Amino acid sequence: MEVRVANVRKEFDRFPALHDVSLDIKSGELIALLGPSGSGKTTLLRLIAGLERPTRGKIFFGDEDASQRSIQERNVGFVFQHYALFRHMTVADNIGFGLKVRHGPSRPPAAEIRRRASELLDLVQLSGLERRYPAQLSGGQRQRVALARAMAIEPKVLLLDEPFGALDAQVRRELRRWLREIHDRTGHTTVFVTHDQEEALELADRVVVMSQGRIEQVGSADEIYDTPNSPFVYSFIGESSTLPVKVEDGQVWIADRPIGLSAPHAPSGEAMLYFRPHDVELLDGCSGCIAGTVAASRRVAGTRRVELEIGGERQRVEIELPVDHPAAQKSRVAFRPRRWKLFPTA
Amino acid sequence: MADPEIKSYEPHHESQSAAVTESRPVRLLLMAVAFAFLAIFLLLPLIIVFHEALAKGLSAYTEALSNPDTRSAIRLTLLVAAIAVPLNVVFGISAAWAIAKFEFKGKAFLTTLIDLPFSVSPVISGLVYVLLFGAQGLLGGWLKEHGIQILFAVPGIVLATVFVTFPFVARELIPLMQEQGNGDEEAALSLGANGWQTFWYVTLPNVKWGLLYGVLLCNARSMGEFGAVSVVSGHIRGLTNTMPLHVEILYNEYNAVGAFAVASLLAGLALVTLVLKTLLEMRYGAEIAATRGH
Repeated sequence: MEVRVANVRKEFDRFPALHDVSLDIKSGELIALLGPSGSGKTTLLRLIAGLERPTRGKIFFGDEDASQRSIQERNVGFVFQHYALFRHMTVADNIGFGLKVRHGPSRPPAAEIRRRASELLDLVQLSGLERRYPAQLSGGQRQRVALARAMAIEPKVLLLDEPFGALDAQVRRELRRWLREIHDRTGHTTVFVTHDQEEALELADRVVVMSQGRIEQVGSADEIYDTPNSPFVYSFIGESSTLPVKVEDGQVWIADRPIGLSAPHAPSGEAMLYFRPHDVELLDGCSGCIAGTVAASRRVAGTRRVELEIGGERQRVEIELPVDHPAAQKSRVAFRPRRWKLFPTA
Repeated sequence: MADPEIKSYEPHHESQSAAVTESRPVRLLLMAVAFAFLAIFLLLPLIIVFHEALAKGLSAYTEALSNPDTRSAIRLTLLVAAIAVPLNVVFGISAAWAIAKFEFKGKAFLTTLIDLPFSVSPVISGLVYVLLFGAQGLLGGWLKEHGIQILFAVPGIVLATVFVTFPFVARELIPLMQEQGNGDEEAALSLGANGWQTFWYVTLPNVKWGLLYGVLLCNARSMGEFGAVSVVSGHIRGLTNTMPLHVEILYNEYNAVGAFAVASLLAGLALVTLVLKTLLEMRYGAEIAATRGH
């Protein structure tokens, strides 16, 4: 099922949580809403589910306007961050709940509901736990039951709110791979919310980066990481270093020296240079490069991070060096970013 | 030479560290005070109730209880509780639901209002009904025209009891529901359940022990309420006397056996309530949020 979010605005007590957000989700896609807390990603997910109503704008499921439909009518599978399993029901009853509350002929007989629950338990690799209660399961198992319960109603869309947020790192990685497998096998259109960029980039077909109630960028993991389209995305995804520069005649300058980067299409004036600390070329001499004095150095796993003081204004910038690089305190290092981007500051 | 003596100083393993434990005499004294207090103010009166009730033998006791006026008082008390408790279960759940699950203006005010019956003297609550429904009261004229009798009749007693016992269920449920939040309800709705199914299958089972606890306290109070009921009842023998009122009448008539026989029933009710309450707390303490003083 395709989902289209069209110019949606959401206010809580007149305070806007989402400004004019539009997003097309393709059928069968696994998509991540990524952003810091307060960016509106959970609000967007709850709007798609029907747990909230948009202040303005519409949400389409296929060609049908779903905005006026209640959550029951939308037929979405929602997985909550803290599972929200019914604690007084067994695992099988939890999974069968969505079928049990149906009315009339669409409600399967009890035996059929039990069979479906067992099938779904097999799918989430928890066979044989039908009669357990949620309190008798580990966090990871509870999340799997929550997913099985959401899938039991054969939802048009599967929505997951920080699905692995409450789990420890080991289980998270395991469940991440497992969710991808389930998605590939069942083909549900799936939207999940996360603040963990590693999770988003690894798991999703496309990532929606959000900040302050707006969508900053939508793209594949490669697009988001390699060609961030805003200062926010550049600094939020992965690591970045920044330097204030000036653009003149299609050349990038720091103070009174060109640094050997040409930007023929950039407008002249003040700008901010963004690059990845590890994506730099180290140079010996310096005509047309960035040079600085090592101010601090620390070892990070297999590499060394150094902070350089650049030029007379003592701007600090971080780059990554090989561990065996002889950069000690106060020595000079010259480099040029390989991949970089300019964002005008004015 | 000190070796053998040192052994007797081995620390004994108790749950509390030595630093926060009082010395043995102090502990004994504190416990003795607590037990003596309980014995004099709670246990002794209870024993006396049963002792007086049975002072002239078992046959006098059963005879006192089979007196028609006494029987009618018992019937009335049961009737009032049978009406007041279910009403307050409905009101209590609605109020708790509204307060715990929605945001609205005047919520703090409503919360305070629910506690009002606890902070107002029951006699005042009774007087309010007299002022409302009495012959000279606000609605008295209209009621008389339509031949509706509220004061000095069963409806008045039920109203007064409902008012006095209103907070028990609501106050038990509000913190419990607030703590549980909306997550389970949202999950049920997203799975296609309608409002009623969500309430019946999800919300109610989540609060059932807290609810039972509230019902227990509400019932005990509605059967034992004296002040408010006394004002609105009119003390008509065999008609509008509840058990507590009947105890007072019998006692004032120097009918000690009769008074204490009825009192022993109320005391028995209190004991049963206490036992059930303790059992509930032991078994489902975590699910009963409010341990605040009732």
